[in-house]
Amino acid sequence: MRVLMFGWEFPPHITGGLGTACYGITKGLVKQGTEVIFVVPKAYGDEDTKAAQIKSASEVPFDLKDEEYKEYWSKIKYLEVGSNIIPYVSPEEFSRNMEKNVKTGVEFKSNVFSKYYKFSGKYTSNLMEEVARYALIASALSLKEDYDVIHAHDWLTYPAGIAAKQSSGKKLVVHMHATEFDRTGGNVNQQVYEIERQGMEVADSVITVSDLTRNLVIEKYGIDPAKVITIHNAVDQNYRKKAQHIKKNYDEKLVTFLGRITFQKGPEYFIEAANKVLKKDPKVRFAMAGSGDMLVKMIKHVARLKIADKFHFTGFLEGNDVDHIFAMSDVFVMPSVSEPFGIVPLEAMRSNVPVIISKQSGVAEILHHALKIDFWDIDAMADSIYGLCHYEGLSKMFRKYGKQEVENLKWEDAAKKIINVYQNLLIR
Amino acid sequence: MRSICFYFQVHQPMRLRSYRFFDIGEKHDYFDDLNNAQIMRKVAQKNYLPMNSLLLDLIHEYGSAFKVSFSISGTALDQFEAYAPDVLESFKRLAETGQVEFLAETYSHSLSALKSKQEFTSQVKEQAAKIESLFGQRPSTFRNTELIYSDEIGALVADLGYDVMLTEGAKHVMGWRSPNYLYTNAINPKLKLLLKNFQLSDDIAFRFSQQSWKEWPLTTEKFVGWLNQINPKEEVINLFMDYETFGEHQWAETGIFDFMKALPARVFSHSDFTFNTPLELGQTLQAVAPIHVPYPISWADEERDLTAWLGNELQDEAFDKLYALEEKVRQCDDPQIHHDWLYLQTSDHFYYMCTKWFSDGDVHKYFNPYGTPYEAFINYMNVLSDFIIRVEKNTTYGKDIAGQIKETAVKLAEKTGQLAKRKAKQASASVKKTVDKSKDIKFDDIKNLSNAAVKKLIHEVDVETLGIALKDAESEITGKILPNLGKRAKKQYEDLQTEMKKVSKSDINKYRREVESKLQKLFKKK
Repeated sequence: MRVLMFGWEFPPHITGGLGTACYGITKGLVKQGTEVIFVVPKAYGDEDTKAAQIKSASEVPFDLKDEEYKEYWSKIKYLEVGSNIIPYVSPEEFSRNMEKNVKTGVEFKSNVFSKYYKFSGKYTSNLMEEVARYALIASALSLKEDYDVIHAHDWLTYPAGIAAKQSSGKKLVVHMHATEFDRTGGNVNQQVYEIERQGMEVADSVITVSDLTRNLVIEKYGIDPAKVITIHNAVDQNYRKKAQHIKKNYDEKLVTFLGRITFQKGPEYFIEAANKVLKKDPKVRFAMAGSGDMLVKMIKHVARLKIADKFHFTGFLEGNDVDHIFAMSDVFVMPSVSEPFGIVPLEAMRSNVPVIISKQSGVAEILHHALKIDFWDIDAMADSIYGLCHYEGLSKMFRKYGKQEVENLKWEDAAKKIINVYQNLLIR
Repeated sequence: MRSICFYFQVHQPMRLRSYRFFDIGEKHDYFDDLNNAQIMRKVAQKNYLPMNSLLLDLIHEYGSAFKVSFSISGTALDQFEAYAPDVLESFKRLAETGQVEFLAETYSHSLSALKSKQEFTSQVKEQAAKIESLFGQRPSTFRNTELIYSDEIGALVADLGYDVMLTEGAKHVMGWRSPNYLYTNAINPKLKLLLKNFQLSDDIAFRFSQQSWKEWPLTTEKFVGWLNQINPKEEVINLFMDYETFGEHQWAETGIFDFMKALPARVFSHSDFTFNTPLELGQTLQAVAPIHVPYPISWADEERDLTAWLGNELQDEAFDKLYALEEKVRQCDDPQIHHDWLYLQTSDHFYYMCTKWFSDGDVHKYFNPYGTPYEAFINYMNVLSDFIIRVEKNTTYGKDIAGQIKETAVKLAEKTGQLAKRKAKQASASVKKTVDKSKDIKFDDIKNLSNAAVKKLIHEVDVETLGIALKDAESEITGKILPNLGKRAKKQYEDLQTEMKKVSKSDINKYRREVESKLQKLFKKK
């Protein structure tokens, strides 16, 4: 079986959950013997480059830790389409960034506190136009390819998926990693909503990453429940253990938040809980890792609470730095207001870090060895943090069983279920 | 006779390196040596060296008629020593002319005057000592960081023994009054105040190259013309500015060096002004009135207040957390901690966190190594967090040693006391025992007696009594007595034993009691 996959972000530059999930699914699929044509948007910043580049998988700078998958690389065909579209961005933010970029003529610099993407001036600064342009190129490109099924991840690639379906007549699977409701907290952009709805309408099957998302898709988008199936995400088992010997050089316990600092992730609740804990016990430190449109507000908030000597901002982290901060952490907190799934707590548990997750997350459906709280319940959050920091019996248990638990969440198993979805479509 | 008083501020902060969260607790090098060195070399070439040599030429040309004054921060002096010894040499040559006054300030160009009298005092002393050791003159004029001044700060400076202090002639403080007189501190009139004429100072420092300014280009003719328009009764024009004005803020191409080179000649030929130092003015001018400054002023921005350094939540948090450490730092014995403590107080760190120019801050961006005030804050707090850990460790460490010594001493005293007590107890117990023993010494106790005592007893008791008393006695008792009997007595005793077939128990007891009473008599303690 061959899958035409419209995905996001391949290693070594993965900046968020969507990229991680696409990569995990692809690896799981190829391990099951499925072939994948992986198409991603990418800005080259180079005016002379062709609209798209076909690269053999061996040319893609895969992470070296993935030795295990080397033998499957031949099953992946990797296509890059020149485009500015990037994951995790709203249309408003997109045009703001683009206009700034065009005006100043300089590429966004990446610094410790923020992660910027490369933008190229030759593409439009309107995200919707850019999505349409990407769909056109991608589908044209896909005409030259031979495949059995199309799989598109999140709304930005749905138009490409729809176009490919229309031109090839193949079955389309769309994968909902997040909805517009999750990203905006209800302040929905109608255009985005419409693309999501249309994608799911046209699709032959819709995969949601949790029952939470499945219900939302059925209720708010009116999608036929019969074609919506939940397949929970997993976590990469091929984990680098190198960082585990890293020890922090201070006595305080470290409690970590890692994620985009946006409304969706509930950073302010984490800060409020930190403040409560610090009032009772100054022997705890907090770190907020990540970047986002609420970063500045959060920095000010921490300064106003006068806890900035115990509450640290690390800026955007990737690769080794993520392993590093997990190795130092005693507790990980994901206070998301709305989280379709949430892979990061699994990564924390894999690194032996006990986790506190919000009940409003998809991952809460499958995890047993995690403390679950309502995102708004900062008292419960503070209690849980304090407990995991001080009651060794509790944290020991969570470390031990949590690790065992995540070791059974394999991408191969998720991929098997996805292949099942494909096969059901092909039989029909 | 009227005066022009030039004061130039020379300051370079120790800029922090990009210090990450992961460095906390791991790395303790906070300062960007490479960047600091590069900036110092650049400013040295563009500003310090050419301007120092220009001033030296002017002094050589006009002798004692041309004078200037400098305030150089300790952090700048430290960087001269490290990266630009040639600049330091050229300042020394200026000092040698005797026409240059060096002022006192806080060592690290800090805001300590607003927070801690003790820290402020110690920094001023350290700075003054450094100036004296480098330039051979003990400062008697004081200028505070960014010309920050209030009645209270002035009184504090007067207490430190300074006669003259410089500050801003801020409009909201001066009202209708002119800055061109000598004033005094409102609390302690001994402290004389020289106030910056911001109009004429800023014409040189800020507007010199501004082509949109209607007076551009500024010439010495024009400038001296303005000086002559000033009311002849007004006594002193204080031209206070950053030294970096010359060649750095105003590039050489603007003609700023030529202006300064030509200014004294024009002043001498076309006006009755002389050049004087703050020290001279404090001694010669009569103060006209006290100036009331209940709230601190500075020379910064339109507001002439502290909002460039303090007031937003970022600045206040960093500032308060820093000074919360003061007492603990004082307890530390690690010189590196004291060193870092000084450099972390430099006002520039807080200036970088200012949000009031966030939208239009092009002028200020020039001085700011950070893209945003938030980056500045995070970087500073990361460094400060590590510094706090070091201070805590160092102070606790100190405490531990002292604590241990104390604990050991207490334990030792306790032990000695216990030992002494136990010994005393033992001694008294043994005395008591002996006394008790002698008091009611029993027949059975014979077995515990020494041979000498037994002999004494035998001496006192006749053999017959002894023989009966010993009838059926424990072998331990007979074994004690028999060897001590003389040959004759032994024979007598043995005969007695064979003769004696039956003796009643009561008789034996009677004889034993007799022995007992003898014993008690013999060994009774006095």
